[in-house]
Amino acid sequence: MRGFLFIMAAFAVMGLAFWAYQENYKTQATMRETRDLHAQIGAAHERLGMLRAEWAYLNRPDRLADLAELNFDRLGLLPIMPEAFGRVDQIIYPLPPIAPITNSVTLSSGVFVPEDGAL
Amino acid sequence: MTRTPLRPLARILKARASGENPDAIEAEIRAKRHAEMHDKARQRAEGRLLVLGLAFFCAFVTIGARMGTLASSVPMEPRAATVGNPIIGQRSDIVDRNGRMLATNLATHSLYAHPRDMIDPEHAATGLAAIFPELDADELLEDFTGERRFLWIRRQISPEQMQAVHDIGSPGLLFGPREMRLYPNGPIAAHILGGASYGREGVASAEVIGVAGVERQFDGFLRDPANEGAPLELSIDLTVQAASEEVLAGGMSIMSAKGATSILMDAHTGEIISMVSLPDFDPNNRPRVLTTGDQSDSPLFNRAVQGVYELGSTFKIFAVAQAMELGLVNANTMIDTQGPLTWGRFRIRDFHDYGPELSTTDVIVESSNVGTARIAMQIGADRQRAFLNTLGFLQPTPIEMVEAPTGKPLLPANWSELSAMTISYGHGLSTSPLHLATAYASIANGGLRVEPTLLRVDNPEPGPRVMSDAVAQSAVHMLRQVVVRGTASFGEVAGYEVAGKTGTADKARENGGGYYDDKVIATFASVFPASDPQYVLIVTLDEPTIYTLGEDRRTAGWTAVPVAAEMIRRVAPLLGLRPHVDSAQPVGVTLTSN
Repeated sequence: MRGFLFIMAAFAVMGLAFWAYQENYKTQATMRETRDLHAQIGAAHERLGMLRAEWAYLNRPDRLADLAELNFDRLGLLPIMPEAFGRVDQIIYPLPPIAPITNSVTLSSGVFVPEDGAL
Repeated sequence: MTRTPLRPLARILKARASGENPDAIEAEIRAKRHAEMHDKARQRAEGRLLVLGLAFFCAFVTIGARMGTLASSVPMEPRAATVGNPIIGQRSDIVDRNGRMLATNLATHSLYAHPRDMIDPEHAATGLAAIFPELDADELLEDFTGERRFLWIRRQISPEQMQAVHDIGSPGLLFGPREMRLYPNGPIAAHILGGASYGREGVASAEVIGVAGVERQFDGFLRDPANEGAPLELSIDLTVQAASEEVLAGGMSIMSAKGATSILMDAHTGEIISMVSLPDFDPNNRPRVLTTGDQSDSPLFNRAVQGVYELGSTFKIFAVAQAMELGLVNANTMIDTQGPLTWGRFRIRDFHDYGPELSTTDVIVESSNVGTARIAMQIGADRQRAFLNTLGFLQPTPIEMVEAPTGKPLLPANWSELSAMTISYGHGLSTSPLHLATAYASIANGGLRVEPTLLRVDNPEPGPRVMSDAVAQSAVHMLRQVVVRGTASFGEVAGYEVAGKTGTADKARENGGGYYDDKVIATFASVFPASDPQYVLIVTLDEPTIYTLGEDRRTAGWTAVPVAAEMIRRVAPLLGLRPHVDSAQPVGVTLTSN
């Protein structure tokens, strides 16, 4: 009985050692993967930062003002002035849609003839 | 082991026979036994000591070796258990109130050399000199062939330059990553942002530190990894700032002024929407600090915060507001304006003679020094000082810039009655335009103290009351009259009901001893729209002059006021303020027929 216990304990130790060995390698693989992902995300952030900086640089007010001036013929952009504000009552109401033509007839010989015959 | 008895019978008998003392034998054996025990115990103790010593030795060697490797190896970030986001380790961006970029980072490279690794130093030196015109080939060759093992060549290089250096093909020329601070808008808001430079530098990385402005003030915040890259949100509006700079630069050149500054502040929250100081600089390429001469001539000098000037008649409204608050006068009280007013050796005169008396409103409208000085005499020096203190005139402004404490007001050594009289019309007390903006904001918002700030305020808290709402409204009404029928008639902007006060102060000579005759500081302090004041605008021109209608004119009414009016015309629509138009029909009435 005692011998059996010793053998079981030895097997248990070997099993645990194998498990720990595997866990160790799994952890290392995960950490390597995390590091790669971090590096990728970091590179993406860097690219994003670069694009943001470029966007900001291309949209700097000086450049936009110069472009608006250069393309004045096409765009006609001016600095916003107080006159640009309007009132709601200056906007016309939407025009009522034209009633659909229900009694249409095909024209022949250039004379319009309604169905009821009146001209 | 056989044990020797203490009294072995054979020896005892022998000793007795020979007449010796048998006890001596016992003592001898006992001594021998003790010596053996002693030796054994000693051996065991020595063994234990040795084991213990070995254990300590191993422990110390382990700890020492660990310390040695930690000290000599490159630090590594812990990867398994990190708090927060490990990726964003850069200095935070700075954005305006709408999230538009004011400062960001750019990944570039630095260039350094290991001369020992070079194969053809001469080729490398001439190649570098061809790429970077400011480097000298002979000096480089001297460095490359000398004793040096390492040298920096450039702190930052562009991708094109990096490729060109690659093409030289020398193994001794190496690149390191380097983060660069970029201000994409160039000189816009340069004084507010300040600038950045490098702190501790290594081959693998370098520390970016702020050197002035908000970059320096918020250095800790911008570098704190716990923010995870959250940007610093300023109260500045980039569009308004750019438009203000354009208008002010135009005005400065038309008025041939030496410098100019403008501050646009939200009257209710104290947020600074735009703050311009001209001449300015490009924070991407910050100029050096002047080592000789007057610092105020440097483009680095922020006139809005650091420049303390006597701001002239713009101060009159404070004397009048205080007198109204104390119940000494009301808007229609007649004030004696018979000049000159003599006090000791001093005489106070007006620009024109305004006759024997004017109403309080007209004292402001006509800008009468004599009238204001008489009101100040009624108030008294102590009460005036206390009131100006509550408006924030006696301390440096609390704005979030490292330069703020240098904008310390210059107070009279002895605040006498004469000082009170001159201060009432803006002489004898030098303050920055930002102080003036803060105080006008208190008038504009109905009498509450505001703290000027460069950070976006989402939940403003009302400050302590410095004057009653009625007094503040009455003061705004007087300021409106200045524009409608007074010295600031050029300040009228259709639809925006500008209210304001001009101030033209002679410049004090640098070495003391009086004032220049032909150099002035022209200021226009304004509030708009007068019916519901939202914003405060201060425009100050340094030494303006314009030739109009046959003479050189320097007064603020001819110089600062038109510039301010143009600025309001450009900026108010950008702020989303609708012009106030008197409509022909009553609002809300619909014509019907029965």
